[in-house]
Amino acid sequence: MSNTTPLHAKHIEAGAKMVDFFGWDMPISYGSQIEEHHAVRQDAGMFDVSHMTIVDATGPQAKDYLRYLLANDVAKLQDKGKALYSGMLNEAGGVVDDLIVYHFDETNYRLVVNSATREKDMNWLREKAEGFDVTITERSEFAMIAVQGPNAKEKAATLFSDAQKEAVAGMKPFFGVQAEDLFIATTGYTGEAGYEIMVPKERAGQFWQGLLDAGVKPCGLGARDTLRLEAGMNLYGQDMDETVSPLAANMGWTITWEPAERDFVGRKALEQQREAGTDKLIGLVMTEKGVLRAGQKVRSGNGDGIITSGTFSPTLGHAIAMARVPAGVGETVEVEMRKKWVTVNVVKPSFVRNGKSVL
Amino acid sequence: MSNIPSELRYASTHEWVRPEGDGVFTVGISEHAQDLLGDMVFVELPDVGDKVSAGEDVAVAESVKAASDVYSPISGEIIEVNEALEDSPEQVNSDPYGDGWMFKIKADDPSEVDGLLDAEGYENSIDED
Repeated sequence: MSNTTPLHAKHIEAGAKMVDFFGWDMPISYGSQIEEHHAVRQDAGMFDVSHMTIVDATGPQAKDYLRYLLANDVAKLQDKGKALYSGMLNEAGGVVDDLIVYHFDETNYRLVVNSATREKDMNWLREKAEGFDVTITERSEFAMIAVQGPNAKEKAATLFSDAQKEAVAGMKPFFGVQAEDLFIATTGYTGEAGYEIMVPKERAGQFWQGLLDAGVKPCGLGARDTLRLEAGMNLYGQDMDETVSPLAANMGWTITWEPAERDFVGRKALEQQREAGTDKLIGLVMTEKGVLRAGQKVRSGNGDGIITSGTFSPTLGHAIAMARVPAGVGETVEVEMRKKWVTVNVVKPSFVRNGKSVL
Repeated sequence: MSNIPSELRYASTHEWVRPEGDGVFTVGISEHAQDLLGDMVFVELPDVGDKVSAGEDVAVAESVKAASDVYSPISGEIIEVNEALEDSPEQVNSDPYGDGWMFKIKADDPSEVDGLLDAEGYENSIDED
């Protein structure tokens, strides 16, 4: 029997096409996934992300624990509510998961980790907590809704109380705040402005309906994938996993090397990888007909690679992809598509931001 | 439940066939097939004048999700293709039995169509999937 979120009945009511997503019965689309994609780029769309795992790390050594657990350094977080994206590595320098951590104070943090890796992550978080005075608490009493798009904040605010409006007023990107019964964060997975909102499960259906009434379009996993790929954001399990170094997954910017004496899980292996050099995750663009897809082989003068994520970009009107290849490939590589080798352009793995091409 | 017009014939590979008279047949993919594929982004069509055999892959329907071969349900010559799909592949989604048609074929042997599935037979074949 698969897991369902508190919004499951709303998806069925809307006639969504449901699929199994790592044990969760989730909407892939409510009709046209391309229309859902455009709604997020041009207006406002919302996603049920209640399947994601919310975990609080609290206690006198919460900060020390996270500085050991994560490759990025929570010591950089000074402001209340500020968030940080980080990889959580194993001793071999592979990525156990990627996550967002919110800092409230040095004894109080909140993590949001992937749903597909829930059990593995919970075991990992608890295992690594040994020896630290920290408490790991899963917050399964929340549903989570991502509201994204140029008009997302304005439409979501129609459901906020005065106190909640005040709490989010002027909030910069990548912050989160608990305001009455809602945790409201300026984060997302689309490359657009918006909120990710944690709402008590029993109020989730009502909140979702309120957003619908405010003109926010429900969007499924299909649009979520094309949006995050256009934004150049990794998908765990596809663009990186436990066997892949963050240096080979365009996550070098999430590693905080200094201070050198900070020991974090995977640091030694990572330093060796940095020394030896790794593959790189690059962006690919193909303006001819056809769609680049995960698993397609890539050929370059420097050696072979593979497409980790590929799709048709609804915003750009042509195919885009992320590929892992040997370092130092030139301006083009060849991709094997339906038994033919096609030359495609190499770009930085970021394609669309705030509704516009960044190519 | 998927719409399966009773006046059409079907291949188990999800193409439909409509007789236009004079041994000419229009071919497209079923509503069920477009629903499985999702939003269409490219349709690659055969060339007019191509001689094709029954079961031969002659077109490609490419959606956001996947690329899928389209097979000719019968043997014959391609006499017309739906060029509107070049700019508007989404017609395959919105109107699979109408504006979403893909090509017209002049059958070598029009009776070959009698060997295809009728609506009920196609519905049963979907249910078995």
